[in-house]
Amino acid sequence: MRVELDNLSKAWDGVIGADRITLDIADGELVAFLGPSGCGKTTTLLMVAGIYQPTGGTISFDGQVVNLVAPKDRGIGMVFQSYALYPHMTVFGNISYPLRLQKLNKGDIKQKVQAVADMMGIGDLLDRKIAQLSGGQQQRVALGRALVKEPQLLLFDEPLSNLDARLRLTMRGEIKRIQEDLGITSIYVTHDQVEAMTMADRIAVMSKGVLQAYDVPEALYDRPKTLFVAAFVGNPPMNFFDVEVMRDNGDFRAKSEAIDLVVPHDRGEKAAAADGKLIMGMRPEDVNLADDASPPAEGLTLIGEAVVVEPLGREDLVGVSINDVEMRVLVDKTRGVRVGDTVTLVFNTSRIQFFDPETEASLLWA
Amino acid sequence: MTTTETAPPRHAGGPLPKVREKMGRRFAYAFLILSILPILVGYTWLVVATISTRTRGLLPTDVEGNLGGFTLSNWDFVFEGAIWSAMLNSLLIAVAMVIGVGIASTAGGYALSRMKFAGRKAFLTGTLVLHAFKAEMLLIAIFFVLRFLGDIPIIGDYIGFNTVGGVALVMVALELPLGIWLMKGFFDNLSWDMERAALIDGASRFRVWWQIMVPQVRPGIAALSLFTFIAGWNAYLVPFTFTIGTKVANMPVFLNQLMSDTAPTNWNLVAAVGLFQMIPLIIFFIFTQELLLNIYAGGSKGT
Repeated sequence: MRVELDNLSKAWDGVIGADRITLDIADGELVAFLGPSGCGKTTTLLMVAGIYQPTGGTISFDGQVVNLVAPKDRGIGMVFQSYALYPHMTVFGNISYPLRLQKLNKGDIKQKVQAVADMMGIGDLLDRKIAQLSGGQQQRVALGRALVKEPQLLLFDEPLSNLDARLRLTMRGEIKRIQEDLGITSIYVTHDQVEAMTMADRIAVMSKGVLQAYDVPEALYDRPKTLFVAAFVGNPPMNFFDVEVMRDNGDFRAKSEAIDLVVPHDRGEKAAAADGKLIMGMRPEDVNLADDASPPAEGLTLIGEAVVVEPLGREDLVGVSINDVEMRVLVDKTRGVRVGDTVTLVFNTSRIQFFDPETEASLLWA
Repeated sequence: MTTTETAPPRHAGGPLPKVREKMGRRFAYAFLILSILPILVGYTWLVVATISTRTRGLLPTDVEGNLGGFTLSNWDFVFEGAIWSAMLNSLLIAVAMVIGVGIASTAGGYALSRMKFAGRKAFLTGTLVLHAFKAEMLLIAIFFVLRFLGDIPIIGDYIGFNTVGGVALVMVALELPLGIWLMKGFFDNLSWDMERAALIDGASRFRVWWQIMVPQVRPGIAALSLFTFIAGWNAYLVPFTFTIGTKVANMPVFLNQLMSDTAPTNWNLVAAVGLFQMIPLIIFFIFTQELLLNIYAGGSKGT
């Protein structure tokens, strides 16, 4: 099912929950609403579900405006963070509830519930009470209940937040697999950018009720359109520096008291067009330690002191202070960086980002 | 960074914390025992009086005042019809209250907890204020209302003045503010998600209430039912005011009728009837103490 949101807004007594959200979701696509808590992503989802009445704008399913259609008539299934299972019913009772409300005959209900339960791997738990299930099993029941009525649109409201890290990883893959197998258009609300990056076809990044960016994950990562998107997408987060970009002997250089880097021509030209101070962004993985074997070109290195070393397993996340400007870089752990070491950092400036400090908009990807 | 203040050494000179705690607990126990002593003495007298001819202090005596005088004659009333009719009336009032207050509070509490409508806030504060008015203040007005209801053909015979139905109706109305607030508290504690899930699953609002939400507040309903049952069973003022004669008297009114202004009262008989009235409640209470405690815990959360 195709979903279109057009200037969708929600406000309560002057408090804005969602502000003119406009986006479209193609048939069979999984779109993630990503943002910190209170950014309006769940508000928007509940409007799509029909639980909240929008105060402005329209929601269309396959071109039909559904603003006034009751939740039960929208052909949607929803999975909640709290699972929202009915604790006084068995697993069978929960999954069959939507079908019983449709007054299907008992044989059909039994068959459909069994099929969905088998798909979710809980086929042998149908007689259990909800309280007897683990968190992961409850999550599967919730998903089964959402799927059993064969919805046109699946809505997920942070469904994995209550699971432990390992189970989250498993369920992430499973939800994605089921969604792809069934080809159901889905909206997936999450504050976890890894979840959004790995699962979504496209990500809508939201902040304070406003849609900040809506694009495929790689584009958000490589070409963030706003400072917020750059800061929110990516883990560990991007480093930011106050610099000025100027032309110097045909090269573009990003300069501040601590920093002096040569910027590639195409990016530098756009940044230099904006006069004065601007914000430079570098991802931690785009900065490396200098390698003795192949000394880097002039203008791509800075020298600093390691102040924090956080082992992440495969890599170390090293906090480096360059003349009191702090940044974080991902370093191969075989380099064995220790606190207090003097390090030479090599910047992969082909991935450098620039933002206007006033508007917080990108100077590169307008 | 100021060093001018020097903290006094902890527990200097005083008893160690553990000792102090122990003494505190002893004091608390002593206080509690002292304060319930009068009640305990009263109940002891009640039980002793029911099985003796007379009493002096807590001691059973015979007519001449000598120790002894045990008798079961105080309990003869159980073989008469009047007590059973009073008990039936008490039961009818209590059951009608449980049903009436239960249904209205569960529906009203849900609406006040979950729905937006004009006057919701005013209604909430209004019921709370109304609860502060004692029934005594309303007696005369209620009398006129019941007289009016009694004049309505057919149903007037069941809910008018001097009927068990009329008494039950008044009692339900007086108990409702508490019940509604209590149930609202229970509904407030339930997650919205479950309700939203049911709406998306295809349930109507009424079905959500009946099939999904009400089962979650069953402990609240049970506790409220007990609470109202006890209130109805022990109701005195309203039945006393709005009934005449023995036919529609409930237990407390029957008890009162034993104490006549003109003849000397047989206090031992009064004690026996009083104890008899308590028996069902005591049995009830033994089995449901936990639920009764729950009513306060549930009601105080989230309201």
